[in-house]
Amino acid sequence: MLRLGEVLLVTLQGDLHDSTAQQLQEDLAETIVRSGATGVVIDVSGVEIVDSFLGRILAEIAGQTGLLAARTVLVGMRPAVAITLVELGLTLPGVHTALSTEVALELLRQQAPSSRFGGLRQESQ
Amino acid sequence: MPDQAEGTAAAPTHEIREFLRRRREQIAQRWADEPVFRTVFTVSRDEAVEAGKAVVDALAQVADAARVEDPDAAGFTTVREQLARMGAARSRAGLSTAQVSSELAALRPPVENLLVSDLPEDASAEHVRACVTTLSVLMGTLRVVVMQTALSEGQALIDRQRLQLLEVATPVIKLWDGIVAVPLIGTLDSARSQVVMETLLESIVEQQARYAILDITGVPTVDSLVAQHLMKTVAAARLMGAECIVSGIRPAIAQTMVHLGLDLGTVVTRASLADALGYVLHQLGVGIVTPGENGAVVR
Repeated sequence: MLRLGEVLLVTLQGDLHDSTAQQLQEDLAETIVRSGATGVVIDVSGVEIVDSFLGRILAEIAGQTGLLAARTVLVGMRPAVAITLVELGLTLPGVHTALSTEVALELLRQQAPSSRFGGLRQESQ
Repeated sequence: MPDQAEGTAAAPTHEIREFLRRRREQIAQRWADEPVFRTVFTVSRDEAVEAGKAVVDALAQVADAARVEDPDAAGFTTVREQLARMGAARSRAGLSTAQVSSELAALRPPVENLLVSDLPEDASAEHVRACVTTLSVLMGTLRVVVMQTALSEGQALIDRQRLQLLEVATPVIKLWDGIVAVPLIGTLDSARSQVVMETLLESIVEQQARYAILDITGVPTVDSLVAQHLMKTVAAARLMGAECIVSGIRPAIAQTMVHLGLDLGTVVTRASLADALGYVLHQLGVGIVTPGENGAVVR
């Protein structure tokens, strides 16, 4: 988990076990609260196999991140993984997606409310 | 002669084999005049005779192995290609399968006549009948082999063309930096939409395309199944980080879709490919301006 300014960058690699995914979900929530991040970029380009559990975890991460006033962007999903998720009926409606980390950061910058305090911080700066 | 008596009485297949080897030349000569051989080997009569000899040899080999009823007998493998060529040539000439089959059947009588006249005078009626039956079965098997080979050739052709159709029918076109388009033509079934989805997603990665346009101008009808395929493709592209626009919805199709209650949900739709391209360019902040005084300036 990398921190770039107000954005958390998470890279998922290879075979993701159910327990690891759940651990990530918990860690991420805590890190967002602690760091005050406004965006989470999850790089899934290293994920080759996806099941319904991981799909649900991703949707849940997006949901909880939203509750914490941050937004989630999924990056670099492989075609096969995308097809599998769609066939499973998991279209992840609440999740933003991008082709590359660069695009994802740009997306967060463009649409982000300046911070979770909704502009207060900007006035004080 | 005990020797001969034993041989003839024991195995008609043996007798047939000997007969075929002995009369190879004559059979081939007679076959060369039959339409199946005459029309396929048009260069010279000798060529037809040679082809006939090859077939006779194969038949003798099959008879030798005593597998006259088996179209998969090893003896046929050597002439299978030649037989396929003959069958295919006759089909190309416009003959129906039944006509080809009856032409092949015409190969039997000359051989049979030759066999009857060739058998010793004192052969028992039973033995003659057994030999003729064996020969008939053998010729029948030859017919089966030719038809089988011709049919499998046709099947291979159909398979090849189906694959070609799948490849040809789904080109992904790069319209602009970051914009790809797929012109869909023909009926969308599950297999084709799967191919479309895969090729589109691959090219999204390859081109780093943020927008993909699915143009359905060439799709004759849109029913709930096609709509579902479109939705799936759009959803998969979105998961990869690209936005999909569906274009080319003709007035009649728009009407049908409303009548059927088909909902494309949040998918962006446009009437024509040009409209879709315009929308995407606008989203990208790219504009096309008509050439000014300083010459053509695009973007």
